[in-house]
Formats: sequence, structure tokens, C-alpha cells
Amino acid sequence: MTAGRFALRVIGFALFVAIVVYLPFRISDFRASEFALIGIYFIAILGLNVLTGYTGVISLGHGAFMALGAYTTAILVADHGMRDLWTIPLAGLLAAAAGAAFGLPALRLSGPYLALATFGIAVATPIVIKKFDGLTGGSGGINLFEAEGITGLPEFIVTLPGGKVLSFNDWLYYLTWTFALALFAIAWAIHHSRFGRSLRAIRDNEIAASASGIWLASHKTLAFSISAFYAGVAGSLLAISAFSVQPGAFPVDRSIALLVGLAVGGLGSLAPLAAGAAFLVFLPQWAQDISKAPGVPAVIYGAVLIALMILLPLGVGGLLRRIMGPLTSRLYPRS
Amino acid sequence: MADVLQQVVSGIASGGVYALLALALVLIYRSTGVLNFAQGEMAMFSTFICWELLDRGVPYWGAFFLTLAISFVGGVLIERLVIHSVSRSQALTVVTVTIGLLILLNGAAAWIWKGEQRTLENPFPSDTFEVGGVVIAAQDLGIIGVSLAIVLVLWAFFQRTRVGLALRAAALNPESSRLHGVRVSRMLALGWGLAAVLGAVAGILVAPTQGSFDQNLMLPVLIFAFAAAVLGGLDSPIGAVVGGVVLGVVLNLVGAYIDFFADLRLPAALLLILGILLLRPNGLFGRSVVRRV
Repeated sequence: MTAGRFALRVIGFALFVAIVVYLPFRISDFRASEFALIGIYFIAILGLNVLTGYTGVISLGHGAFMALGAYTTAILVADHGMRDLWTIPLAGLLAAAAGAAFGLPALRLSGPYLALATFGIAVATPIVIKKFDGLTGGSGGINLFEAEGITGLPEFIVTLPGGKVLSFNDWLYYLTWTFALALFAIAWAIHHSRFGRSLRAIRDNEIAASASGIWLASHKTLAFSISAFYAGVAGSLLAISAFSVQPGAFPVDRSIALLVGLAVGGLGSLAPLAAGAAFLVFLPQWAQDISKAPGVPAVIYGAVLIALMILLPLGVGGLLRRIMGPLTSRLYPRS
Repeated sequence: MADVLQQVVSGIASGGVYALLALALVLIYRSTGVLNFAQGEMAMFSTFICWELLDRGVPYWGAFFLTLAISFVGGVLIERLVIHSVSRSQALTVVTVTIGLLILLNGAAAWIWKGEQRTLENPFPSDTFEVGGVVIAAQDLGIIGVSLAIVLVLWAFFQRTRVGLALRAAALNPESSRLHGVRVSRMLALGWGLAAVLGAVAGILVAPTQGSFDQNLMLPVLIFAFAAAVLGGLDSPIGAVVGGVVLGVVLNLVGAYIDFFADLRLPAALLLILGILLLRPNGLFGRSVVRRV
């Protein structure tokens, strides 16, 4: 990467950070909670992108890793009195271990078979959670409202020097986006590392990659594990922000939604994935605003999704690349 | 023993329905390389159309065949209007479009038919009869019979007609078939139409067994159909049929005889399939693909 291009990326990232930091000062408390949710989806989609965007493996099961992360946090906080913040990396690591354990054998399967194997995991998740009710609290789930280790409380309010009141939702917002930005930076580093290039080589031509000395099994498993880590962290944050976990919060739809967010954001891009996350949060609400008649919001959601995919087959990221390409190509020579 | 046989017979009946939907999935996968997540909702929509026709006083078999015709047209239209315009895109885009269709069709059915519970007329008598100690429901036999008939008709169509041959050629090698004068793009639309018909039959057969149904009728069936298609091999029609029947029987036996799995039928079946896939990554009947660099 040329120095000019790198500088451009750093400026872009700094701008992204500045917007994220400043946003709560401009938006209402309710919007802050929505943007916190966008941050959570952003993390999960970034992770899915490491797998699907770089290795071309479609996973329909990342909701299961989110559930694993969420339940790790809930059980550690509720039953073991752990502080919620410390459980976030643990939730990620546990999900990563599960991802490796599932990925190692499952990556023997080719594309569609693997997609459906992961789909099976997503389908089974809520049923299995309900079955082991001694650990998971069954269909009622686990409540964290009374737990000791919760850092942010609904009555949490801090007044900043500027007169801005930092509410509980602002706290959630900053918490999720701190993780989102850190994990975004890591995803970016992966993208530009030797490992990231190897993954893309696998996606583009598995046999050629393997002939060039890339060990397919280890690379794919590691990619699966990293993406599961992201999903685990996202799940943990979801549990913290909702104060509870239930099996009903992790239906198949959740896994499918992540894939939809990835497609809308743009497979293989990074920052535009935030647009995919925003799509997941705002479009259903927007559809509800138009009409609340039974079925109509779903019709609008489905129609918009289909139209978007026809108009922007490469998602928002693809659109941005098309617009920005001619503008930025003069700043530095294409390598 | 008779008890086991009875479970097997009713397993074959529900497996027949899975097989039909799995066959529809395989049909589309073979020709377009797409996992059609909207397949179940297309079938559900057809079932509602059949209900609507019956509700307006059309006699049963008239409604049945009219529904199949409407479904065929609907399937062709979906391919022409929606799938065709993303067919050159990456796999994720096409999959996302079928997910969009799933959501759209589910919502449309809830909108048009008010999300209420409906009851579909049962074409088969509710009698049961006994063969060697095994009580068999006429309905189960009917479902097995219709499924079998559909599979045979489809087999004859693919193996014995020119259009069937063209369909297979277009799926196998679009480039060469185009050079031989096969209208590949029309064949794809035809494939979607046929898949919609298969789904319609599955929906119409399964709805009466549920007592009543709403727009969520086919979501669980779709999951089993996916499992069946994967089990048999995504590119193998015979595999889809065998996979469906095997899955139906195994689910029934596991649910009936292993207490721990009584409410874990679905995860148990999925685990079993995962295990089989690890031994045979392309399903029981799928061909392994040889790739050239």
C-alpha cells in the first residue's frame, strides 16, 4: 500500500471515529439505544465478513455464536457474580473455540452443504437452549436486572462539562461502539495482512492457493474461529444491553438477518458494513411506520430488500467503490 | 414390531412431503446453483390459493389442478422478474434475494388472508385399515401415493421428453446447450415453474395433516426439506426422494423411542445429517465435483 493511500485510510478512520464519538450529542436518547444496536450488528457482520467475504464460505449459523456469547455473559454475571465488562472478551473467546471446533470438521464440506450445516446449527440453537434449562434458565432465560456485576444501570446519568447529560443509553452506545471500532481496526489489519491476502486467495481459487503453499484447513478454520469471536462479542453486548437473555432472542431469523446485513453492506468491504447494520435496525421500523396492518411491514421489507439487491448487487460498499473509484484513483497510482 | 412398522409407515408419509419439497430445491439448485430459501413460502402461498379456490366453491380436484397451473405461472414469473436480474451476481446476492422473497411472500399471505387459521379440505378418507397388525391411515397412503406419482411423472418428463432433455442439458452445461440451440434462459424459468408446482403439491398435502394452517405452514417443512436435500446430495433428484423418506422415518422413530430426543427431534436429525456429511461431503447420492485449474 502506498503512503498516500494509507494516509487517506487513516484520515477516513479518524473521521469515522469522530462521527461515532460526536453522534450522541446530536441524537435523542432513544436513537442512542438504536445506534447501540447498530454497533452490535456491525460487530457481528464484520465477523461474518471475515468468513464469507474473504473465504467465500456462507454461514447461516452465526446467530448461534451470538447466543453462545450472550449466554456466557449472562451465566457468568448472574451465577458467578462476574463484572459484565470482563465477560465480553471471555464470551468472544468461548465462541471462537466453538467456531474452531465446529469449523474444523465442517469446513470439509463445500459451499452450499456448509451453508446448510450452519443453518442446521441456527435452527437447533433455541431448541437446545431450552432443553438444558438447568444452565440456561429454559424458555424464560436469565434475568440480569438484579445482578451485582452490571456496570451500566438504567438510572445511570452523568453530566458532562459541556452540559450534555450522558444517559444510560449513551453508555450502551459508547460501550458497543468502543468494541465496534476496535474490532473494525482489527478487521482492517486482517484485511491487509498476509493472512487476509491468503484468505482472499482461497476465495478466488482454492486449488491455486493451496498450490502456492497456503494450508487450506488451518486458514479456513482460523477464519471461522475469528468470525465466531466477533459474533460472541456481539452476543455478549446484546445480553448486557438487554439485561437478559432468552432462547427466543436467537431464532433462525437472527442468523439470516446477519447475512442480509452483510449483503446490503457489501461483501468484502469494511466501513460500509455499518450501513448494512443500520438497514437491519431501521428498515423494519420504517416499514412499521408506513403500515401496521398484518403482513404489510414484511411485504415492504422483502420488496425493499429485493429491489436493493437488484439495484446494488454488491451492496452499499460496491456502490461506494464505484463512486469513489474515479475520484480517488488520481491520488495514488493503482498498484 | 408392528408398532415400529406403524411408525415407519407414518414416517414415510411425512417423508414423502419432505421429498417433494426437497425435489423442488434440487431442481432449482441443479439448474441455477441457488439455494432457494423462498421455496417453502412459494408452497405456502400455493396452498392458500388452493384454499381460496375451494372456499369459492371450486370442486376439489379442479382447485387442485388449477392451483398447480397458477403456481407454475407464479414460479416462472418469479424467475423472470426477480431471479433473472441477479443471476449474474455473486452467490450471496442471489441467496439474499430468495430470503427477501421468503419475507415478502410470508407477509403477503398474512396480508391477503388476514393471518387467520384456515382449514384445508382433506382429499383422502379418514379411514384406517389393518394389515398384519399395522394400522395404516388412508391419508398416509394417499400422501405416499400422490408423492410417488409426482416423482414418477417428473422422472418420465426428464428422461423421456425432449424438453426434459433440454432442461437437463441446460443445467449440466449451459454454454454447450446454448450452442446446440437450447434456450437456456427459458429452461431456467421452466425449472422454477416446475419447482413451484412440486411445492404446491407438498403444501396441499401437508396442510390437512396439520389440522389448521396459517402463513407459517411451510417454515418447518422447508428446514426438513433442506436437510433431506443435503442428505441425498443437492444435485441428485433420487437423493432428494430417498433423503426425504429416510429423514421422515428416522425422525418418527427417534421421536417415538428415545425419550431424551422426544423434544429434540429436529436437532437430533440435523446432527445425524452433519455426521453423514462428514463421511460423504456431497450427500449420499451426490457426485463429487472434479475441478480443473
